[in-house]
Amino acid sequence: MDGLIWILSLLDSMVRLAAPLFLAALAGFYSERAGVIALDLEGKMLAGAFAAAATAAVTGSAWLGLGAAVIAAMAMSLLHGFASITHRGDQVVSAVAINTIALGLTAVLANAWFGLGGRTPNLEAGARFGEITLPLAETLRPLPLLGPLYAEVISGHNILVYIAAVLAPLSAWIAYRSRFGLRLRAVGENPAAVDTAGISVPALRYQAVLISGFLCGIAGAYLSTAQGAGFQQNMTAGKGYLALAALILGKWRPLPTLAACLLFAFADALQTRLQGVAVPGIGEVPVQLIEALPYVLTVLLLAGFVGRAVPPKAVGTPYVKDR
Amino acid sequence: MKSFLRTAAAAFALFAAAAGPAAAFEPAIVFDMGGRFDKSFNEGANMGAEKFKKDTGTDFKWFEVTNEAQREQFLRRLAQRGTDVIVAVGFSMAPSVEKVAKEFPKVRFTLIDNVVDLPNVQSVVFSEQEGSYLVGMLAAMASKSGTVGFIGGMDIPLIRRFECGYEQGIKAIKADAQILVNMAGNTPTAWADPTRGSELAKSQFDRGADVIFAAAGQTGMGALQAAADAKKLAIGVDSNQNHLFPGTMLTSMVKRVDVAAYEAFRTAKDGTWKGGVQRLGLKDDGVAWADDSYNKSLITPEMRAKVEAAAAEIKAGTRKVANLDDSGACKY
Repeated sequence: MDGLIWILSLLDSMVRLAAPLFLAALAGFYSERAGVIALDLEGKMLAGAFAAAATAAVTGSAWLGLGAAVIAAMAMSLLHGFASITHRGDQVVSAVAINTIALGLTAVLANAWFGLGGRTPNLEAGARFGEITLPLAETLRPLPLLGPLYAEVISGHNILVYIAAVLAPLSAWIAYRSRFGLRLRAVGENPAAVDTAGISVPALRYQAVLISGFLCGIAGAYLSTAQGAGFQQNMTAGKGYLALAALILGKWRPLPTLAACLLFAFADALQTRLQGVAVPGIGEVPVQLIEALPYVLTVLLLAGFVGRAVPPKAVGTPYVKDR
Repeated sequence: MKSFLRTAAAAFALFAAAAGPAAAFEPAIVFDMGGRFDKSFNEGANMGAEKFKKDTGTDFKWFEVTNEAQREQFLRRLAQRGTDVIVAVGFSMAPSVEKVAKEFPKVRFTLIDNVVDLPNVQSVVFSEQEGSYLVGMLAAMASKSGTVGFIGGMDIPLIRRFECGYEQGIKAIKADAQILVNMAGNTPTAWADPTRGSELAKSQFDRGADVIFAAAGQTGMGALQAAADAKKLAIGVDSNQNHLFPGTMLTSMVKRVDVAAYEAFRTAKDGTWKGGVQRLGLKDDGVAWADDSYNKSLITPEMRAKVEAAAAEIKAGTRKVANLDDSGACKY
């Protein structure tokens, strides 16, 4: 097979796999930067995936599904906020509880509403986000290298991928150039200072977790109505935790986090393509070794190459005024 | 204290006497991960059990395993309750069935898809290679590119058996066909990751495949969906999955798990149930290729004739389909 096509298809797959990961990691970014632990990404994504698939199955509209996903995930965020911001509960416990609730509740509701054993019906084309061909994709194709790169890798994804792509620089701008971003980062590092300046710490943190829920909702909708065509029990399969790992690898900054997500996705895409293929000079690599590749890569990178990842100082500590 | 103990003992004896002679026939079934309505393997067993319920009016108990520890727990609980026959669905039930069957030698167990050598266990296994051979022939005949794909769930000998038969069927039609093989993983989650299934299917399409065979439970659903999206052909597994994506579903490799479950209940009820190993192949209608109104337009008369001829030869024993040998290699 032609080497160029092989590489393009690999990169194409990388983009598809990275999008939900990055949306979730970005959700974690807003939450953790404001000082609220985002271990609940997995549960919020799952709730979003279910809400999107269920709504899209009933209404036949992918956009209504996306709306429902965002609402469901934001509701979960509010719950997390209520426990950990208003009542100053343990954030890890609250987040794990949310993951467990989402896992059980989605399966039970799916079974009760659709009677398909914890699945939603398969979605028709109109109830999913289809692939979009960007303008000039076919016209530019003859150009050497850049043409096929544009036509294969950049064009031909669903709208949510492009939303994720736009959110990366936007989030970097918000975090480092806007007033809201400054306050957000401050409330995660030193909430007392923010409070002294006369800004409400709980209000800021609630805003942050709501943004986090919003993004998780999009990530969930991506899984069930764009990449897949319906909800399956536990369909996030640990992606929320992987997103958190990407956030840490990216040192809680949007653009490095995007790079980490792309790296994870690349390893995953490579993994599916190297199975049973003879690598020149080495021969056929055992499947088990290939499957361990993304994890080995993660450990190596975390151990040596990125340096110390320092979390926001106030993450996980509830803010108490008189301390 | 003594009198209390005596009363308790008496109450217990009374209770035991009341529960002793089983009044009605009580069958039960334990579904594996994937669940009762997985549109595939477990659902097949469920259909057999439901048919038994309809035919005889005897209801059955059922459990759905959602984590590893529950297999043994559910089997033991059912055995303790004095269930007449317990159908355990899926190869991973074997260790639990072996353990519980030893503890309750009077309870009958039917294990589907794996073998446990005990007098009170009936093991039903299928000749997957024979059915896979037939769908392999169809795949090779339907493929225009000469490249076909296989997507397996968890990398275990059972799934390798599907692949082995598939490969032989393909080679029987096109000796130079290229076959791409992907397994979804090495843990039971490999059965339940549709995103991965769709990604594997897309990677095979990118490498030139135009027909894929997914033997991967829920993960396979993602692969079938990807095929429908890409307008490529796909082959389903276990239950007849043709109706899921009409137009792109070439056929399904059907394992008559429903027959196995139904027969276990029926024979246990009329007393003809026997322990030991039953291997159901083409000859016993234990495996088949799905031919219905949903894939009618995809199967040409020529394809049908060739496959039916091969099926007849396999049944008669004149055409041999090799199974995995003891070392797990597929030699033919």
